[in-house]
Amino acid sequence: MKETRQLTCISCPMGCPLTVEMEDGVITNVLGYTCRRGEEYARKEVTNPRRTLTSVIPVLHGEIDMVSVKTRTDIPKAMVRECILALKNLEIEAPVVIGQVIVHDLCGTGVDLIATKAVRRNNP
Amino acid sequence: MMKRDIVIIGGGPAGLAAAISCFENGNRDILILERETYLGGILNQCIHNGFGLHTFKEELTGPEYAGRYVDKVRDLGIDYRLDTMVIDINQEKVVSAINEKDGLLQIQAKAVILAMGCRERSRGALNIPGYRPAGIFSAGTAQRYVNIEGYMPGKQVVILGSGDIGLIMARRMTLEGAKVKMVCEIMPYSGGLKRNIVQCLDDYGIPLKLNHTVTKIFGKERVTGVNVSEVDPATRMPIPGTEEYVACDTLLLSVGLIPENELSRKAHVKINPKTQGPEVDESLSTSIPGIFAAGNVLHVHDLVDFVSQEAALAGKFAVKYIAGLSQDGSAVAVEPQNGVRYSVPSRIHPGNAEDITVIRFRTDNVYRDVFLSVYLDEERVMHLKKRILTPGEMEQVNIPKKWITDRPGLSRIRILVEKE
Repeated sequence: MKETRQLTCISCPMGCPLTVEMEDGVITNVLGYTCRRGEEYARKEVTNPRRTLTSVIPVLHGEIDMVSVKTRTDIPKAMVRECILALKNLEIEAPVVIGQVIVHDLCGTGVDLIATKAVRRNNP
Repeated sequence: MMKRDIVIIGGGPAGLAAAISCFENGNRDILILERETYLGGILNQCIHNGFGLHTFKEELTGPEYAGRYVDKVRDLGIDYRLDTMVIDINQEKVVSAINEKDGLLQIQAKAVILAMGCRERSRGALNIPGYRPAGIFSAGTAQRYVNIEGYMPGKQVVILGSGDIGLIMARRMTLEGAKVKMVCEIMPYSGGLKRNIVQCLDDYGIPLKLNHTVTKIFGKERVTGVNVSEVDPATRMPIPGTEEYVACDTLLLSVGLIPENELSRKAHVKINPKTQGPEVDESLSTSIPGIFAAGNVLHVHDLVDFVSQEAALAGKFAVKYIAGLSQDGSAVAVEPQNGVRYSVPSRIHPGNAEDITVIRFRTDNVYRDVFLSVYLDEERVMHLKKRILTPGEMEQVNIPKKWITDRPGLSRIRILVEKE
């Protein structure tokens, strides 16, 4: 089955409009790029798009109320929604250190969710 | 009165990098004054990734980038006071500040580094008709509510302005369950990075309406909707009959940043009307000797890496100034012309300059297939082919000191966009 995908290149401010032609899931042609980075971006974005997910979760007994978190590396773009929903009822006890693992292997992505901010414990 | 060699106003990325640089260049008598309850400034609420590619060769989130500088400041034992609001600086470099513990603090500094950052343009600057209901936020305020306080400011959102903070918040609000209906941009192009348009809007199917603006806000207690109109690209005036009603409970404004220079003005620092930041020379010295400026208080940057670089240079020159090693002498003017909206610095003293002086600037429009040129008086010394120049991206050229010292009598360095 033939299909085409329209993309905007993000490699530089030019923002070249890219067209990727595919047949049975295999790339047959890439059009519209004006440099090699554009072609590479198009191929990766069509075959294996990935994103880093960032959010915040509540901290208990911390000096601040929310701690920022991220997936340690990027995760498949198609799993962003499932992963953000999995954060919904999370909370963590202070203290928190930068890089601390909050969730191991988030939703089977093989990627840990880690803290990106240090939070000291609030002394009562 | 307390005495310090160097007082730094602001503990965000500029203030932290300036402090570390002062220390590393040999002056340890430093005090950072920060009005928030934590160091790191606005980076603390910029939880998305993409920071630090130039500095650390990896993609960090805002809090991680700030964390590296905060750790270093603490490791070096640099003094800072939090919850401390500077209320005045004078020409004699007396800094007045207040906090709950010390009450009124007065500090005689030998050098002051301005690192107060910038703030967002507000609704008041836009003249949008309508009542003043709840539900209108600057994008950065919404970002603070969501990422620092943990509150959602609304459920049905329209965003006016496609600067990066607006784009980032479109994604952030969507991930937290809001429906972002559209991003309106009055210009024919977005001021945001392509990467943010793709990953914050396209990924979530959020329309970007170029040449559109909000012409009316409905709702008395709370926003109930807005009128969105197409504008004539030539005049940027709304085209009658194109208005479309969009129901929403929240309007986010991402319509520009303004350097925060109330304190600079109190010290009678000369302000550049184009950048709305202090006018500085190669040393990041303002018109008042011993008062330096760096980061977004000077001009609004696109990348924090450049803020850190600029602030480190300001720190180095502040130390040099206190040691009595500054040699001003005569200066060469830097003049932005044809297509270049502003440049920082605006003059170079060759006696003080580093081997390379970095001139940072932005263009006034989108230009494709043009040349970026540097002239020393009438002699063209740089002619770079550029496939694209856009106001959203800060540009820079490097000016070797030798260019100036080799040409006695040189009066000005001109930077401009040329067709050929």
